Amino acid sequence: MSDKVLLDYGSGGRASQRLISELFLKHFANPELDRLNDAARLELDGPLAVSTDSFTVDPIFFPGGDIGCLAVHGTVNDVAMLGAEPLYLTCGYIIEEGLPMEDLERIVVSMGAAARHAGVRIVTGDTKVVPRGTVDKIFINTTGIGRIVADPMPSGDRAAPGDAVLISGTMGDHGLTILGTREGLSFEAAVQSDCASLNHLLLKLVREIPSVHVLRDPTRGGLATTLNEIAISSGAGIEVQEKSVPVRAEVSGGCSVLGLDPLYLANEGKFICILPEADAEKALEIMRADELGGDACRIGSVTEQNPGKVSLVTPLGGKRLLNMLEGEQLPRIC
Amino acid sequence: MSLTLLEKFHDPDLCKGLLDKLHSLVDREFRFMEVCGTHTVAIFQSGLRSLLPEKIVHLSGPGCPVCVTHESEVNAFIDLAGRDDVIVATFGDLMRVPGSKGRSLKKAQADGAKVAVVYSPPDALKLAADHPDKTVVFLGVGFETTAPAVAGTLLMAREQGLKNFKVLSFHKLVPPALGALMTDPEVNIDAFVMPGHVSAIIGLEPYRPVAEVFGKSAAVTGFEPVDILGSLVFLVEAWKSGEPKVANLYPRIVRDGGNAKARAVMEQVFRTSDALWRGIGLIPGSGLEMRDEFEDHDAKKAFGIEIVESPALPGCRCGDVLKGKLRPDQCPLFKKACTPASPVGPCMVSTEGSCAAYFKYSMD
Repeated sequence: MSDKVLLDYGSGGRASQRLISELFLKHFANPELDRLNDAARLELDGPLAVSTDSFTVDPIFFPGGDIGCLAVHGTVNDVAMLGAEPLYLTCGYIIEEGLPMEDLERIVVSMGAAARHAGVRIVTGDTKVVPRGTVDKIFINTTGIGRIVADPMPSGDRAAPGDAVLISGTMGDHGLTILGTREGLSFEAAVQSDCASLNHLLLKLVREIPSVHVLRDPTRGGLATTLNEIAISSGAGIEVQEKSVPVRAEVSGGCSVLGLDPLYLANEGKFICILPEADAEKALEIMRADELGGDACRIGSVTEQNPGKVSLVTPLGGKRLLNMLEGEQLPRIC
Repeated sequence: MSLTLLEKFHDPDLCKGLLDKLHSLVDREFRFMEVCGTHTVAIFQSGLRSLLPEKIVHLSGPGCPVCVTHESEVNAFIDLAGRDDVIVATFGDLMRVPGSKGRSLKKAQADGAKVAVVYSPPDALKLAADHPDKTVVFLGVGFETTAPAVAGTLLMAREQGLKNFKVLSFHKLVPPALGALMTDPEVNIDAFVMPGHVSAIIGLEPYRPVAEVFGKSAAVTGFEPVDILGSLVFLVEAWKSGEPKVANLYPRIVRDGGNAKARAVMEQVFRTSDALWRGIGLIPGSGLEMRDEFEDHDAKKAFGIEIVESPALPGCRCGDVLKGKLRPDQCPLFKKACTPASPVGPCMVSTEGSCAAYFKYSMD
C-alpha cells in the first residue's frame, strides 16, 4: 500500500479491498466481519441499547490515547450507561486524502485493541476517502449495540431526593489534555487523557447493586453540564460539595493558567452513579476495587430543594449555582 | 497538616474569622465597587456572596476589558475579520461579543472570516510568521495588565521584521475611568476594591486621588477569598475611621511603585489617546494608541480604520451596570432577552462580566 491514503482507497475497487483486507480485517477480525457481506447478521434478544457517536478530535493522537481507541471507549461507555452489556460496534471512517498510512494503521491497531479489551466486536464498517481539505485528517463514527442487563434500567430521570451522587474518579483529565496538546501548552506535570471503556466495571456494579438509579458519563460539558441534565430530566435538585470533587493538582493548575473550570472539562473514562443512600458505600467499594474507579468518591446528594438545579457548596460553606456550560470554554484576556 | 501558601488564602477557618469580624463591623449599608470583573466572579465562585453581610452591596465596575469595549470597536473587529487578506487573532472572550447589529466574531467566523483564538500576543506573532501571505491583526483589547505584553510583542515583531503582524489597539486605562465614575453625580460608591493585575503594573500612585480628591478608600487586593475578605474589613474600618485610605493589600504580587519596566515598554510603543467606553462614552486620555514609530504595525493606519460611534444596543443597560447604578438582575433584559446563549450586551458575554456572573452563579 502507498505510504499515504489516496483517493483510490475510497473508490470501492481493488485499492479499497486492499485497504480493508490488509488493514481493517487484520486488526478487527471476528466471525461476523470476516464474512464481508453487505451487512452483519447478529443474534440478539431482549431489550437492547443502541448509541452512535462521531469522533472528530484534534489532535488525533494525544497523551493517553488517540481517535481510534476513543471511538471505541466513547460508544462502549454510552451503551454501558444504560446498564447494558455492549456487544457489537459498527464503524465508519472518513479519511482525508494524504493522511499518512502509518497514522491510519496506528489508529486501526489502537481501535482493534480497545474493542478486544472491551469485549465488543466491530461487525461492520465503511471507509470513505475525501479530497484534502474537506475533513480534518480523520473522522470516525461508531455505533454500539448492547443487551440491557439492569432492570429497571438506569436513567437520568430516576434521580430521587435522598440519593447519593458518586463519581468514579478525577475530573477534567481528558479535556485539559486535548486542549493542552492542541495548543502546544506544556504543564508542569504531565496530564494524560483518562479515556477507557468502563463497561466491565459498570456491569459488575449494576449486577451487584440493582438499585442504581442513574449512570452517566460526564463527557463534553463535563461534570457540571451532565449533572444539570440529570437535574432537569429528574426534576430534582442536586447539591455537590466542591471539596469532595477530585481534581488532579496538575489539572487544576493548568485550568487556572488558562481560565478554565475543570468541572466543565470533558472526561472519557469516568462516570457518575446516583443511587439510594443505603447502597452508596457498597457501590464505592466495587468502584474502588477496579483500576478504573480507584479514586471513586461521593460528591453530593439529590435534594428536594432547588428542583432542576445543581448547587455547589464551596469549601467556605457558601452556596452557589453550578450552571450548565454555554458554548465552549474559551481562554480569557486576563 | 500544613497548608501551602495558596491554600492559606482559601483556608475556611481564616475566612470564618474575617467573616465574623465583617458581620460585627457592618451596621449600615456599604456600597463597594469591584472595579475588576474577576473580583466579582471570585466572590460568586468561592460562595462568598451567600456568606457576606446583606448590607454590603457589591457593584461591578468598568474593569472588565470585554465589557467596556465599545460597540463601534466591536464593529471594527468584525469588519476587519471579513477581509480576505486578514487573519484576526484574539483572546477567546471577544468571540461572542455582539457589535451594534448583533453580529460577533463567532458569527463572522461561521460566515468564513479567518479568526484565530490565541493564548498570548506572541502566539499571534507566530501566526504571522506562519502565514506570510496574510496580515495577522491582533485585537489589542485590555487594560494596563495586557498592554505591556502587546507592546513587547510589537517590539519582537519589529526585531523579526514581521510587517504582516499588526495590532488594532483599543487598550484602555483604568485610572481615567475611575475619575469619570467619581465625577458622575449619579454614581454612589462608598469604597473601591481595586484590580490586582492592573495594579501590579501601575502601582498605587494613580489611585491616590480616590482618597485625596474624592474622599473614598481603595484597597488593591488579590482574588482569593482571604484577599477579598481582608480588603472588605479594611474598607469598612477605613470608612469608620473617617480617614479615607488607599492601601496595597496584595504585596505578594503588587509593589507600591508597580512595574516600571512594563510601563516603560508600554510607553515606548503606545501614547495615551481619548477612548470610547461602552456605556460610559468618551473618556479623555483613557486609551492607548500606537506611536508613529510603530505605524508599520498599526492596523488602524494600515486599513484606514476610523471609529464611527454607533448607538448603544436598544434596551441594553450594560452602561448602568458598569457604573454601579444597576445590579445585573435589575436589568429588564436579564435572563429574558439577554442570556449567555444570546447576549445583548457585553456584561453577559465576558467570563468576567457581572451579568454573566449573576446568570452563572446566582441561586436566585
